[in-house]
Amino acid sequence: MKGILIKRLVQLLMMAWSVGTITFILSRMLPGDMAYRIAAGRYGDDAVTAAAASAVRQELGLNDPVWLQYLHWLGELLQCNLGSSLVSGNPITAELQHQLGYTLILAAAAILLSAVIALPLGLICGFQANKWIDRCGLLISTFLRSQPVFCLGLILILLFSLQLKWFPVAGFDSLPHLFLPALTLALSLAALSSRVIRNSTLRVIRSDYYLFSRIKGLSRQQTFRRHGIRNIALPVVAFMGIQLVGLIEGVIMVESLFAWPGIGHGLSHAVFSRDIPMLQGTALTCGVLFVVINTLVDGCCYLLDPRSKMTC
Amino acid sequence: MAKLIKRFITLLLLCVIYGCSQPPQADRLTISGPFEPISLDLARAGYIFSRLQIVETLVDINNDGQLQPGLATSWESHQDATVWRFHLRPNVTFHDGSMMDANAVVKSLRIALSKPTPFDKQLIAAVTAIDAHTVEFRLQSSYRPFAAILTNYTMAILAPASFDHSDKVVNLVGSGPYQLTEFDPPHMVSVSRFADYYGAKAHIPYVDYITGHRPESRALMVQGSSADIVYNLDPASVQLLQNSAEVRVNSTAIPRTIIIKLNIADPLLSSLEVRQALSLALDRQGIAEGIMHQPGAEANQIFGPSMGIWHVASLPAPAADLKQAQALLAAAGWQRDSNGMLQKQGKRFTLNMVTYANRPELIVIATAIQAQWAKLGITLDVQMENASAIPLGHNDGSLQTALMARNFANIPDPLTVLLADFSTPQGGDWGAMNWNDPAFFHLLQQTTHATGADYERDVQQLSTHLAEALPMIPVLYYVQQSAVAKRVKGFSFDPYERSFRIANMELQP
Repeated sequence: MKGILIKRLVQLLMMAWSVGTITFILSRMLPGDMAYRIAAGRYGDDAVTAAAASAVRQELGLNDPVWLQYLHWLGELLQCNLGSSLVSGNPITAELQHQLGYTLILAAAAILLSAVIALPLGLICGFQANKWIDRCGLLISTFLRSQPVFCLGLILILLFSLQLKWFPVAGFDSLPHLFLPALTLALSLAALSSRVIRNSTLRVIRSDYYLFSRIKGLSRQQTFRRHGIRNIALPVVAFMGIQLVGLIEGVIMVESLFAWPGIGHGLSHAVFSRDIPMLQGTALTCGVLFVVINTLVDGCCYLLDPRSKMTC
Repeated sequence: MAKLIKRFITLLLLCVIYGCSQPPQADRLTISGPFEPISLDLARAGYIFSRLQIVETLVDINNDGQLQPGLATSWESHQDATVWRFHLRPNVTFHDGSMMDANAVVKSLRIALSKPTPFDKQLIAAVTAIDAHTVEFRLQSSYRPFAAILTNYTMAILAPASFDHSDKVVNLVGSGPYQLTEFDPPHMVSVSRFADYYGAKAHIPYVDYITGHRPESRALMVQGSSADIVYNLDPASVQLLQNSAEVRVNSTAIPRTIIIKLNIADPLLSSLEVRQALSLALDRQGIAEGIMHQPGAEANQIFGPSMGIWHVASLPAPAADLKQAQALLAAAGWQRDSNGMLQKQGKRFTLNMVTYANRPELIVIATAIQAQWAKLGITLDVQMENASAIPLGHNDGSLQTALMARNFANIPDPLTVLLADFSTPQGGDWGAMNWNDPAFFHLLQQTTHATGADYERDVQQLSTHLAEALPMIPVLYYVQQSAVAKRVKGFSFDPYERSFRIANMELQP
């Protein structure tokens, strides 16, 4: 376990440097004049003029050599200072704290909700493999997965907000606002994870060790508890960990549809308006989260699977 | 696991019950629009604080574009319009309880003028306090429409306590009928009624503004009672909401025009006949009805009907005429080749058009123009860019044509716009480009000194001249679409988009 953590820490440091550097290089390779882009982001389309761009260029030292700007960023990063947004002027840490906080809440709710949906469905389909319930599960999963998440969200709004009037359409200042965006994401995630659970269940219940435990006289429940849960959970935990990482980076459409603040929206705006500190800070945070979540998944798998203790 | 699932389901049920039991609050109005309040700085997001009636300007404007007293009750200038005096409204209290006086106004304006503004701030040589209730502006040169500049949100007056030692806005302390209570950039602004407002008190105690990024979401928000007023709707959403019994749709013409900017120095566009042909080839009616779902929005001049005397009602209605367009091009020496494409001296008529994504209708209109000009044998390459590509292309000379939505409400006097964008051959970032018309320039300078009937006559001549000389080709006028919940009474739309006018609204149970 200690080995895993040290390895991940080194990975984290390398990742922070490389993600920041690549973002810095890529953002400077994008077409268009940075000063004009930043002026458009700051003052709006109607107010972007040569004079505003010139003021931005002067204020931010955009005429400085690129290597000097890079060294400046690296120096600040070593002091754990991500700088301020070129558009809003607010500290990047404050912006990230605000946006990432909402994304994490949404992602956590979505993954929990998807587990609530996918676990029973996947287990039932696994135990009833190739029967009508399994085929129905496959059909529903394929349908949900083939829907763009935006379309799924609209269907849920029409049903739960406009018809049943159970939940608000959009917003973010109370708990009911969380339900529809979380359910939209959860359905899309559960469509896939329920099939992973189904396959994992099927693999385990058809294994020799599972059959042997039944032959030696254990009941169905005992067999499932002692030999099923952990073996089924291993690939499922790893898969849902990957889903969670994907969620944090890719919820922009859902955030946009439900007017939910989040890092996806912040990232896209940072790209459009060449807000490089925001871009670097967001990419860096997503990278850190990727390593942290992977470490947590590794930790869970380590605890679930006693065999990994021997390999470590 | 079973316990966890049970707890989760219980939590969900509680959510449902809580969600179901939340009707719209009787004392709180919720507004949604696409505008993102990114900062407290007025230069960056002042338009949203002005619309929420937190901040006010010295001069106001009515629906017809006429200047009205704001924080200044009256103003006058010297004969040569280089010195202007504004007399401040007495007994105005800022939201922190401090009194508004000339020193506070001078400080606020000095800081505002150190930041980017939508006018040439070099014009203002000095701002001084003459006495406790009089502020004087000394200008570098004569400027008759000066008072109109002070209607812009960047010139709104903040209390001295708003700024820190480096003049950064740290608290937004204005003087409007609403005061800021919560700022959650870029997604939410909450305000509450200001009890000590000098004018008529607002009826609604609390107002929330929520950024709704997508027009579809905003339409659903007002339909599902998650918002009371939503702004900037798309044509599809308007059609949806027009069938709803709970919502009414408001359509108001605003001083914004979709225009094609042309680089007149480009050999392809320097001839008036060619520009007239390009204009005649446009099926404006088709664009207005088919794309914007706004019949009657076709533009035959730059300034629309909402711009008072600047709109010339007698100009002929715009009509597509391909035959006449073809004849004009032929007169200019352009002939079709065997492929039906126009060419002159072996060179094809190929143009490039820049437009931007923030106004999604522009790219659709640009592709419609592409198809319409193709009928003349002109190839048009459309480039989707950021809005900043237009001023950038203007200044580095790389721009050939651009499709843009020009806002004339920023400074409500079009004379200011013309002086900035049409008074020299260089033109302006969002105006003419390399258009040299000494007769127009002379008439424009003459208009800056005219008054009364002479002014009105000159204004009409200027607008007519622009419509005939076509330094830019007008396409459509904008109609702003908003939707309002039935419980909101007293709604009206400010065509100059300076205020949501929430202080005049009431909520009915």
